[in-house]
Formats: sequence, C-alpha cells, structure tokens
Amino acid sequence: MRKTIGLTGDGAAAEAMRQIDPDVVAAYPITPQTEIVERFAEFVAEGSVRTELVAVESEHSAMSACCGSSAAGARTITCTSSQGLALMHEVLYIAAGNRHPIVLINVNRTLSAPINIHNDQSDSLGSRDCGWIQLYCEGAQEVYDTVIQAVRIAEDPAVLLPVMVCLDGFVVSHNVEPINVLDDQEVKDFVGEFRPAYSLLDTENPVCLGNLTLPEYFFEHKYSQAYALEQSKGVIESVDQEFGAKFGRSYGIVEGYRLEDAEIAIVTLGSMVGTARAVTDELRSQGVKAGVLKIRCYRPFPIDEVVAALKNIKAAAVMEKALSPGAPGPAVFSDVLGALYHKGVHVNLISYVAGLGGRDVPARSIRRVYEHLEKIASSGRVDRILNYLDLRGWQ
Amino acid sequence: MASLRELSQKEVLFTGGHRLCAGCPAPIVVKQALLAAPRAPIIVQPTCCLEISSAVFPYTAWKTPYYHNAFENAAAVASGIEAAVKALKKRGKLDAGKDYYIICIGGDGGTYDIGFQALSGMLERGHRVLYICYDNGAYMNTGIQRSGATPYGAWTTTSHVGEAQKGKQQHRKDLAWIAAAHGAYVANASLHNWRDFMRKVEKALNYEGSSFINIQAPCPRGWRFPENMTVEIARLGTETCFYPLFEVEDRGQKWVINYTPKNKLPITEYLKPQGRFAHFFQKDNEYLIEEFQAEVDRRWEHLQRLAKMSAE
Repeated sequence: MRKTIGLTGDGAAAEAMRQIDPDVVAAYPITPQTEIVERFAEFVAEGSVRTELVAVESEHSAMSACCGSSAAGARTITCTSSQGLALMHEVLYIAAGNRHPIVLINVNRTLSAPINIHNDQSDSLGSRDCGWIQLYCEGAQEVYDTVIQAVRIAEDPAVLLPVMVCLDGFVVSHNVEPINVLDDQEVKDFVGEFRPAYSLLDTENPVCLGNLTLPEYFFEHKYSQAYALEQSKGVIESVDQEFGAKFGRSYGIVEGYRLEDAEIAIVTLGSMVGTARAVTDELRSQGVKAGVLKIRCYRPFPIDEVVAALKNIKAAAVMEKALSPGAPGPAVFSDVLGALYHKGVHVNLISYVAGLGGRDVPARSIRRVYEHLEKIASSGRVDRILNYLDLRGWQ
Repeated sequence: MASLRELSQKEVLFTGGHRLCAGCPAPIVVKQALLAAPRAPIIVQPTCCLEISSAVFPYTAWKTPYYHNAFENAAAVASGIEAAVKALKKRGKLDAGKDYYIICIGGDGGTYDIGFQALSGMLERGHRVLYICYDNGAYMNTGIQRSGATPYGAWTTTSHVGEAQKGKQQHRKDLAWIAAAHGAYVANASLHNWRDFMRKVEKALNYEGSSFINIQAPCPRGWRFPENMTVEIARLGTETCFYPLFEVEDRGQKWVINYTPKNKLPITEYLKPQGRFAHFFQKDNEYLIEEFQAEVDRRWEHLQRLAKMSAE
C-alpha cells in the first residue's frame, strides 16, 4: 500500500534500497551518508531484505567489491560522500569502463582541505568525467524516486553503465520531508529482475573481464563507452516517463520553471533549485520575468534540452557548489557555455559559485543573483563572468 | 589428492601462448593451483606480470572465468564476488549445493604493499576466497623495484648497490604471520614442491573461510639467474630455511612445519647463484651474509618454537 511518511533524504534513499532489495550492498560509513548504511544494516538485521551487506574496510574496497559483485551478475548498490567518493575515484572509472550497472547514492559533501563535513558538490562534480550517469535531486521525494529509477537505467541492456544519484548533504540528507512511499510490490515490479548477459559465475561459459587493452583497441573501447553514455539519455527519459505514468511523479532530464516567457534565469542543480523556485515566484509577483532551469541529468549533459530552454533568455547565471581552480569557469557553467556554443546560440551567461563547505544559500542571496541578471539584461553587457556568492572580502 | 596419473589427464585451464618470460614461475604456480581445484575456479587478479601477460585483448590464456580490476583491490573485488555467490544462492538463482571456488592470484607488490589493506579486510571478514601470492620479492612488472617482500640486501632498481648503500636496507615483511593473525588458513609453499602446494590449495579451497598461501616464485629476470634454474632456486630457498614450508590452522593457533631439511644448508647456497646478491660476496661485505643468515635463523627458530608449542 502506498503511504506518506516523514523521512530524511538519507532515510528516503534507504527506504528505496529496502524495497529494491538488491543482491549485494558494499559500503563504508561517512558523514553525511552514514544514515543510509546504518538504516540499511538495520533492514539486514531484521531480515526485511535478503541482501548480502559487505561492510568493507574503505570506500576504495566498497567500489571494488561492487565491481566484483556486479561482474558476478548481482544487482549492486553502494553509497558514499566526499572523501569516500574521492577514494573510490580510481575504481569509478573501472566500474564504467567494465560496464558494471552499479547504483551509487552520493550525499554531496565538500572535499578537504580544510576538512569540513558540510555540503557542496565538489565531490561528484569532480567525478564528472568518470563515465557515470549523474542525476541530481532537489529533495527527498526525488531521491526516493530516482534511486528506484536508477536501477532500471543502469541495467538497461542499451546502457549498462553505473549511475550516481546525488543529493545535497544535510540540506536534503538530514531534513525530514513527507515522502510518498510506494508499495513494496510496486517497486519490485518496476525494477524487475536483473538479467546480466554475462557473469563470472558461469563457469561453463567463462568470460575474461578487465583485459589489458593496448593502443590498437583502447580508443575504440573508450569511445563505445562514451557513446553508450551519450545514448543513455533516451533511457533515462523513458524510465522517468514510465515511472510518471505508473506513480504520478516524473522529473525529466531538465526542468524549466516559469521559463516560457522568462528574460532572466538561474541554471542550477540539487537543492538550490527549490530556493530559486521560491525566489522566482516572489519576483514574478513583482512583475520580474524570472525563471529557473533545473539540470537533473548532468551526465550525459543534456545539450539540446539546455539550449532549447535558454535560447530566448537575455541573461542567465549558472549556480553551482563547486570550484574548478584555474579553469576558465566552474564545471556546470563551462558545460552550459559549451552547449550554447554547440548550437550557435548566444546567451549572456555568468557563473556564480555558491555555498562552498556548507555556507547557506538563502533566498535573499539568490535574489541578488537575479538583480545582477536584470542589470545585464537591461544593459546588454556582461560586467563580470565569474562571481562568488556571499564570499567575504570579494568585490 | 589426485594421483599424478589422474592429474596428467586433467585439462589445464591455462593455455600456452601467454606472454610471460622464459623461466617465469607464475605459469608454474597457476598450473599447479588450477589442477588442484575441484572444478573451474573464478580467477581474480590484481595488476601484475601474470595479468598483463595472460589477458591481452582480444586474447586470453584463461579457460576459466577471469577478472582483473585494479592493482590494490583484488581481495576486495573477490569479496564482492563471494558476496554475490551467497546472495544469488539465497535467492535460488544459483544452485545452493554447488561450490564456487574463488582464487586471487597476485604478486607480492599487489599483496604485501598496495593491496595489503584490501587483503586484511577480506581476511578479517572471512570471505571464502583463496588468495595466492606468487612471491617474487619485488615489483617485477614495472622493472624490479623493491617491495615489502624484497629480502635484506637485495639489489633492485630502487635499492641499488653503491658506496653509500648496499641494496635493500630492511628485512622482508613476514606476511604469513600477519595473515595468520586474522584467523585465516595460511600456508607457505614453494613451487619446487608441487605436491605440498597442491595439497594446500585443495585444503584452502575446502576451507570454510578465507585462506592465504604465499608461494616462493623465483624470478630469473629480477633475481638475475639463468631461466633454467627457477625450480632449483626455489628448492635452495627451502633447503636453507629462507622459505620454509608450513601451514597455520585453527585460527592461528596451530603451526605445522611441513618440511624440515635433514641438513639445513648455509644461506650462501641460496644467495650465490643470484645476481641480485652478487655484492654479498665482494670484499668487506661479509656482514651482509652474516646479517641475512642471522635473520633466516631467527625466523626459522621462531617457526620451530611455534610448531613445538602447537604440538604440545
């Protein structure tokens, strides 16, 4: 039976995992993800899942064990944050290169140094080139729904790539929201059975995985992997649509909020979307034509959808919680800019790095970003491309 | 254990055509291990000589399931495979009555050093996996660099012999001892004694938990000896008690020496044929031999004490 209960983002992720009842979970505790692995360990102890939980000795081993389990044909999920994702970094590439459909729930937290347990998106944005699908969630309900969808996306025979489901640490992971939880059977039916084409455990038909691959083949292997990631967009979309048709909630690849006639827009991902929506509503009531573009699917980057949403905007700001030191601009900003260039569309685009290390991004700050955009829209002139929101001493 | 006649009729699940050096100990170890397995095992390898030489796309020398992931994580990868076996058996997707044998085969670099944490994690959690370390005492794949398994005084390309330094400054890590402290089934073996090694592999595969076998694997390229002497060098390693054959059972409590030489040979018998120890025999370097011999004696006496205590 469907029911609405109060859950944190971590709790919602754990609940989805309980209902998916994966074959193997290999995970390691790290703030602010720990609640997921703790809750899941309770499910294992009480027998409400039949999962083999491998409580490994590090995140590097977590991702390694996930690769082994997935290669053996088991449905496999893990979760981590920050330093944990960084420690996995080497194996993230291997999971994608070996085409293991692992689902990883990443609770976004900044990276050391200085050490800080709070939210920003440096961890997963820093892993953007690992070859994983990356989906960013705005709130806990979306986390719950996306974890369920992620299993289907990863295991789709046309995809066979790992999927990272990202939620902002504390902001989403530790705040309680009313979550509509599906019936256990509905989730089981939706995710279905994992039927791998190959398994290490098929000793009658042995496979050799992870070969040394020299220059004569390497490039083609990597391209086929990158091609699969590009093509996964269609599957991400169709799984979301099927989920929407069955359960009444869908999110799309990107979501434009009040963008139809907007002149200025904020492009962002994760929990900042919600705050931007609220500020947009307020501005709209004052006659300002503001809008929001939410990027839910960051890898593969939805070039067409982003450009279509922004093409008539006079000025837009990409807000992200990560730095790319020494780069022409931070990651998401650079990707949006690249997408516009692909399609020959010019939009006055600026970047705002915000909320590093858990600094709050309140509505009043987002209002200032819109004010900046209004100035650019009316003057037609970009005064400054790279901006840092609420950074003391920055002018 | 199967008789020699039976073994001669068994298919070896590792074929020729691999790219290992002449005289390499790795394929000897692999052949013995595969023949000892009751049925086709799942092989997991860290990055090492054997891996880069036996599975070069689009070819493979393995006629059994094979997986390589990275350098430092073979034991963690194997843990995941074993968890998958358990999970899929629980759900009726695999025959619960059928045994799945998982064997990791790694070099000492991927085992003693960079893979040490993953190995410890696997042994502590008790996954039913056999980890075999073909111990050639250096990073041979990258060109003979010192590892935690390199013996005292040995020349390597990161422990040179010069005026200021005479080879590696430290004694090698006693990994079997550490592995035994985890409560795993642990054995030391040597490829010249195939019967002893194969018996241990068979025992390990039937052990309800983790097992670790360290096997002496002399490397002609890295140790600087002619490639027709691989087996003979291994024999000398054991006859000098540098590489004794023993096993540890009962969660680290029972130590058994499987072979005691009638006449324990002096360590020079082992050192002399190997170019990596050539400087031991130069003027004013006798102290290297003395120090090496003293450490061999210390460890051998310690092992004997443990075996004696276990027997009491």
